[in-house]
Amino acid sequence: MSNPVTNVLISGVGGQGILLASEVLSEVLMLAGHDVKKNEIHGMSQRGGSVVSHIRFGEKVYSSIIPEGEADVLLGFELLETYRYLPLVRQGGSVLANNLQIFPSPVTLGKETYPENIPAKIAEAFSDFTLVDGLKLAAEAGNERTVNIVLVGALSKRVAVDDHCWQQTLRKMVPPKYLEENLRAFNLGRQL
Amino acid sequence: MERAILSGNEAIARGAYEAGVKVASAYPGTPSTEILENMVQYPSIDASWAPNEKVALEVGIGAAIGGARTLVAMKHVGVNVAADPLFTLSYTGVKGGLVLVTADDPELHSSQNEQDNRNYAKFAKMPMFEPADSQEALAFTRLALEASEQFDTPVFLRTTTRISHSKSIVELQDPVSGLPQPALEKNPAKFVMLPGNARKRHPLVEDRLAKMEEWACRQPFNRVEKGTGDGRVGVITAGVSYQYAREVLPEADILKLGLVYPLPKALIRDFAARYETLYVIEELDPFIEEQLLAMGIQVTGKSLLPLCGELTPGRVAQGLSGQAVTSYYSHKEMLPGRPPSMCPGCPHRGVFYALNRLKAFVSGDIGCYTLGFMEPLSAMDTCICMGASIGNATGLSKVLDPPERSRVVAVIGDSTFLHTGINGLMDMVYNNAASTVLILDNRITAMTGRQENPSSGYTLMGADSYRVDMEEICRALGVRNVRVIDPYQVSATHKVLEEEMARDEVSVVIARRPCMLVKRDPVARKPALSVDDEKCTGCRVCLKIGCPAIEWRSSDQGKGSAHINRLFCVGCSLCRQVCHFDAIGECQ
Ligand SMILES: Cc1ncc(C[n+]2csc(CCOP(=O)(O)OP(=O)(O)O)c2C)c(N)n1
Repeated sequence: MSNPVTNVLISGVGGQGILLASEVLSEVLMLAGHDVKKNEIHGMSQRGGSVVSHIRFGEKVYSSIIPEGEADVLLGFELLETYRYLPLVRQGGSVLANNLQIFPSPVTLGKETYPENIPAKIAEAFSDFTLVDGLKLAAEAGNERTVNIVLVGALSKRVAVDDHCWQQTLRKMVPPKYLEENLRAFNLGRQL
Repeated sequence: MERAILSGNEAIARGAYEAGVKVASAYPGTPSTEILENMVQYPSIDASWAPNEKVALEVGIGAAIGGARTLVAMKHVGVNVAADPLFTLSYTGVKGGLVLVTADDPELHSSQNEQDNRNYAKFAKMPMFEPADSQEALAFTRLALEASEQFDTPVFLRTTTRISHSKSIVELQDPVSGLPQPALEKNPAKFVMLPGNARKRHPLVEDRLAKMEEWACRQPFNRVEKGTGDGRVGVITAGVSYQYAREVLPEADILKLGLVYPLPKALIRDFAARYETLYVIEELDPFIEEQLLAMGIQVTGKSLLPLCGELTPGRVAQGLSGQAVTSYYSHKEMLPGRPPSMCPGCPHRGVFYALNRLKAFVSGDIGCYTLGFMEPLSAMDTCICMGASIGNATGLSKVLDPPERSRVVAVIGDSTFLHTGINGLMDMVYNNAASTVLILDNRITAMTGRQENPSSGYTLMGADSYRVDMEEICRALGVRNVRVIDPYQVSATHKVLEEEMARDEVSVVIARRPCMLVKRDPVARKPALSVDDEKCTGCRVCLKIGCPAIEWRSSDQGKGSAHINRLFCVGCSLCRQVCHFDAIGECQ
C-alpha cells in the first residue's frame, strides 16, 4: 500500500534543543497545509538522556509514533544518538548527523565503549547521508547556541516546503533579539 | 476558524477555558503537568498547585459545590492519593461540573508503575472519556464538563503519555458565556455523607450509570467507522489505540469509543453481531475486553496483544499478524545506554556523594534525587511512592539493632516532604523511632519540570506567597535536632551527616540550595572549571561524583586524564573539592 505520510525522526541528547527544532518543523508543516502529528517523551529522559521526537505529515496522519522501520528522514543532533535510531529508518531513507560526540555516563565510567567510526557505518548503509559541522556553522552564524537551527536548515532540504513558510515560522517563533543570527544559522544549514 | 497545533495537555487547558472553567487545581506529575501550566494564559481561570492530589481534588470539590466548573489534574498514581475524596464525591455528585484528568503512563516513561486507571472508573462508578488526539482532548474536556452537570456526576478524562505529549491540529472556539454565578446553597442530604444520607445516594449512583450507558449509545463520540475492506473484521478500541488500529488495519470497520465507561452495551452488541472476526485493541489491562466477555461476546484481545507496556503500530501489527516487524537496518554491536543523570551543578549531587562514602542505607523517595541510585553515586536503596521514605525508615529502624540502625537515612525532596512526607515524620517522632531524615530543599518541584510549591514562595500564577519554614515545621512535629547544610560544601556535608547518623534519635538535616535551573534564584553561575593536565594524576576520583560535565580521556601512553566540558560546567566546584591534587581550577 502506498504510504502518503512522510516520517521525520529527530534524535539527540536531552538539553540540545531538539524540542524547539521539532516545534519549528511542525509549525512549518501546518502552515504549508499538511495534517501534522508530533510526539516526544518529556520527563526522565530530559536530564541528559536520549531523546527522540517523531514528526509525521501528509493528508491525514493517524498514529503520532512512526511505525517501526518507516522513518523517511533521521536528523541526529549527536553521533551515537543518530546511530542508535538507524533501525527506525527505511531502506533508502535520508540521514543527517551533527558531527558531535557526547559521552554518556557508562562510557565516562569505563563500563561501556563509545562506538567507533559512526559516520562511516552510517554512510555504508544509507547513501543519502550528510554529516553537518553544526558547531562550526553556528559559530559562523554568530552564536554557538544556534546549532539546532543550523540542523533544522539542513533538514529543510529534505522536506518539500516553500522557503517562505520556514522564514515566516522562524520569525514567529524566535525572539526578535536572536532572529538575525538564527536566520543566518538556518540559511547556512539549508545550503548544505 | 482559528487553528493551532497543540499537545493533548494544551488542548485540555484550552477546552477548560472554552467551557468556562473557573477553578483548576493539580499537583504536578508527568504526563499531566502541562495542563495546569497552560491554564495560566487564561485569566478567567484560577489555577493553582496544591501540595498533593488529595488536596487538589478537595479544592476542586469545594469549587464545584459552589457551582463553578472545575478541572482537577494529576498523573495516574496521583489518583491513588486522591482516591479517598474521589469515591465519596461519586456519591454526592456535583453542582458545577467537575472533571478529573488522569494522565496515565503506559511504558513507565516517567513513573513508578503503569497502573491502568480505567479501572478507577468502574471502581468509583464514574464515567470516563478517553480522547484519541488533541482535537478530541479539547472537545471531550468540554463534553465532560457538560455531562458532569447533566448527570450530576464527577467525570474522568483519561489521557496517556502519547495523548498528553503528542501535538496535533486543533480548531479553537470562543468560550461559552452565561454560566450561573457561583453561590452558597445548603443541601446536606446531598453533601453530608453520613451513613443515613450516603445510603440514599448509592442507588442514585447506580441509576446514573444505567442512564449514561443508554445515553452513550446515541452520542457521536461513540462512532462506527467503515474501513476499506469487505466488512469481515471489526475492531473495538479507544484512545491512542484507535490511531494504531486505524494505521495497521485500514480495511477493518472500527467502533471507536469516546466514553470508555460505562460502555454503550446496545451499540456494542449491534456492532459485534456483524463481524466474523472481532478484536479489542487496548493498552494495558483487558478493561473493555473483560466487559465484552462478561456480556457473552466473543472477542480477541489480550491473547494477541501485550498486557505490559504501551502499544505502538508495530506491536499491534506484530500481535495481530503473529509476525515480527523487521527493519532494514540492525546494529552489529551493543550500543552504550544513555541514562538520564543529575544536571551539572545539581545540589543533590554532594549529598549523595557523602551518603555513598558513609555507606548509608538510603530509604529513598521520588524526585530528581532518585537518580542518586545510579552509578557512580549508587546511594539509594528503596523508592516506593511519594512520601514513603520516612515511613519506610521508621519501619526499618524498628527491626534493626543500633549499629545497623544508624546507617538508615530517609532522603526526601522539599515538594515530596510537603506532599506526604510530613505525616511520616510525625509518626517517626510520635512513636519514638530513631532515624535520620535528610530533606533536599532545592525550593522547587524539579523532577516534573520546575513547578512552584509551598516552600518556593511563589504560586503557579506567579504571585508572591508565604514560604513554608521547614525548620519550624520539623520542630513543631517534635524533632529536637534540626540542622541546615549547604550541599555544595563537601566536607561539611559529610561531617554533619556522620554526626546525625550516629545520634540514636530522630534528626532532620535540611540540605538547602536552589535548583541550578531555576532562573529567579540569585545564584550567579560561576565560570566553568578546567583540569590542569600537568597536575591530574588520572586517579579518577572526580568521576565518582557522576557529573556529566566531566569526561574521561584515555591515552595510549598510560594513565589518561579527566576533562571538563566547558559548555556544560557551571562551576559548582564539587569536583575541585574532591580532587586530592589541586588539579581543577578556573579556566585560564
Ligand atoms: C503521587 C505522585 N504524584 C506526583 C508524582 C510525580 N512526581 C515525582 S517526584 C515529584 C516531586 C519532586 O519534587 P521534590 O521532592 O521537590 O524533588 P526534586 O525533583 O525537586 O529534587 C513529583 C511531582 C508522583 N510520582 N507520584
